Amino acid sequence: MLAVSTDSRFVHKIWQEQELSKMVSGGVPFPMLSDAGGKIGAVYGVYDEAAGVDIRGRFIIDPDFVIRAMEVLTPEVGRNPDELIRQIKAFQHVRATGEVTPSGWQPGQTTLKPGPALVGRVWEVWKP
Amino acid sequence: MSEMRDNCVQPARGPIVPVPESAAPTVGAMPLQEANKMLAHVGKEAPDFEANAFVAGVGFKPVKLSDYKGQWIVLCFYPGDFTFV
Repeated sequence: MLAVSTDSRFVHKIWQEQELSKMVSGGVPFPMLSDAGGKIGAVYGVYDEAAGVDIRGRFIIDPDFVIRAMEVLTPEVGRNPDELIRQIKAFQHVRATGEVTPSGWQPGQTTLKPGPALVGRVWEVWKP
Repeated sequence: MSEMRDNCVQPARGPIVPVPESAAPTVGAMPLQEANKMLAHVGKEAPDFEANAFVAGVGFKPVKLSDYKGQWIVLCFYPGDFTFV
């Protein structure tokens, strides 16, 4: 997990010490990166030039360095970590098995094995 | 925390632009393919970058995205420290 905003590393340090450490025991354990000038956010399509900040955007990157998922929100609405973790588990399952995971899949639930035999028969196999 | 002692202004590399494979000269605008390579897309390689960072228990250090190659990475942008949500 890497957190990125346009704040300086100094501000990150004080935010961790003054506020985050009071919300999360020991503070957040992951690196807090400084995207001064929004150059990194611009490459990831999340830099709001008018406001001069990176809006909420999160990206799941697999071990081959391929982006598997992105979610971008305007700042007013916070994220759902449960959905982030669900997606990571689903991508890890797909990577390990070659199966695909239907809508809302949770670990342990039915997966689908894509192939000619499954065409038109998803309704028989997958009953959410 | 020796890394805590650094200058007020510490440039980081920011986005790391891949070197074009062909040495063919480009005139005017960058070819669309090259420009697209630098932007994040699902199913495509993540654009690499280096940024200055604060790491709890370590201090200040530059972090490169590709340092984490081989692991699952969550890259999380947010509007600012001390904001409300």
